[in-house]
Amino acid sequence: MNRIIPQLHIKGPMVVKPIHTEALRIVGEPIELAKRYYRDGADEIIFLDIVASLYGRNPDLTLIEVVSNAIFVPLTVGGGIRTIHDIAQVLRAGADKIAINTHAIKNPPFLKEAVEQFGAQCIVLFIEAKNQGPGKWEAYTDGGRERTGCDVIDWVKRALDFGVGEILVTSIDRDGTRRGYDLELVRAITAISPVPVIAHGGAGTKETFKDVLIDARADAVAASSVFHYRDYSIAELKNYLRNEKIDVRL
Amino acid sequence: MSQGGLTVIVDYGVGNLRSVAKSVSQYIDSWIITEEAGIILSADRLILPGVGAFGAGMNGLKIRGLIEPIKQFARTGKPMLGICLGAQLLFERGEEFGPRPGLGIIKGKVVKLQPTEKNVKVPQIGWNKIAAPAPGKWPEIIFQSPEREPMMYFVHSYIFEPTESQVILATSVYGGQKFCSAVRQGNIYGCQFHPEKSGEAGVTIIRHFVNLQNG
Repeated sequence: MNRIIPQLHIKGPMVVKPIHTEALRIVGEPIELAKRYYRDGADEIIFLDIVASLYGRNPDLTLIEVVSNAIFVPLTVGGGIRTIHDIAQVLRAGADKIAINTHAIKNPPFLKEAVEQFGAQCIVLFIEAKNQGPGKWEAYTDGGRERTGCDVIDWVKRALDFGVGEILVTSIDRDGTRRGYDLELVRAITAISPVPVIAHGGAGTKETFKDVLIDARADAVAASSVFHYRDYSIAELKNYLRNEKIDVRL
Repeated sequence: MSQGGLTVIVDYGVGNLRSVAKSVSQYIDSWIITEEAGIILSADRLILPGVGAFGAGMNGLKIRGLIEPIKQFARTGKPMLGICLGAQLLFERGEEFGPRPGLGIIKGKVVKLQPTEKNVKVPQIGWNKIAAPAPGKWPEIIFQSPEREPMMYFVHSYIFEPTESQVILATSVYGGQKFCSAVRQGNIYGCQFHPEKSGEAGVTIIRHFVNLQNG
């Protein structure tokens, strides 16, 4: 069964929408959006603090707590996670899973340590990928600002060895464009991943969801703009996918 | 609202207790998270949550001296609910990272999830249907539901295999493999899925449970 996951980018007290991960627009308040998506049939919700890691800040625990009290589906939180203690605090505030990008790249064995402590089901590898020509992507960090020199596919293989339970991949090139997911990128990762892959970046028409689920074999899809700006509701999207013979929770 | 009494959530060092607590706190005020044997024995209802490996779970109970108190509680006939790993621990043994004894409250063992179809991922992470093993098996218990086959959220690599089929309360199918997704033995319930993360259908199970009375 495929999951439909609204992804909220948090900056300070607001939800923002990055375009190519960088230019930001304020789209609303996290708590109201999370509640709306929960009522509307979101299978999970992802919260990413997009500047926490850049400024060396910790995640906003109060916000996580307030949101998690209002929704009864799994909540994944990322941004600014640097220590085992950070993870424990975010989980205690009500998150179910933790997405890690920047600190994993700086210190890869941290993934292993996190998996051993909290279980594979709790640790999500978060990748921001930028295309570098046919079949090649570079991993970026800090909300698409910093280059790492790491090849995305090599990095995925390495992180899988550390035991991560899920992979969330954002295409920086497609983020906020509504041009469709980077199918080649998602396909390259699903082809080698024994764990579920959540695709993000580029959701536009309802067909773009179908394409990434069927053609690129994504296990779950995350999207922001199309839900924030009410192109259609999650319920409408799920009805469409169901008619296209894609297994979703209605 | 609850008909009274203390609902106790057992903290044995594995997993996210907060999401269980927040679902419980929607319906009742009288609840507590504890790792103390005395409080467990004074509970009117017990919830054993948990995620992670079977051995780590039993070890977490053991170092806190909670194995005997939980077994003792189970013998009282008061309502008890195991969730995910907490449900697996109710069985006699687990096979994750080698055979390990469990609490032995329900007869059976915990084995690896083995989908028969190709390209099906383990762990199962996501939503799946649960179905009653026979019509009429759900009314008047905590699984009463407006939907015939409600959807629940699963995160697991292992499943329980009860020895006696009459304890099977729900089944699910993953990658072609049919497995037992919930059990009931008297007032003791176990869910392989996470009702506290399964939207309205899931928290309805929690609501019914916190309203159960002794016996």
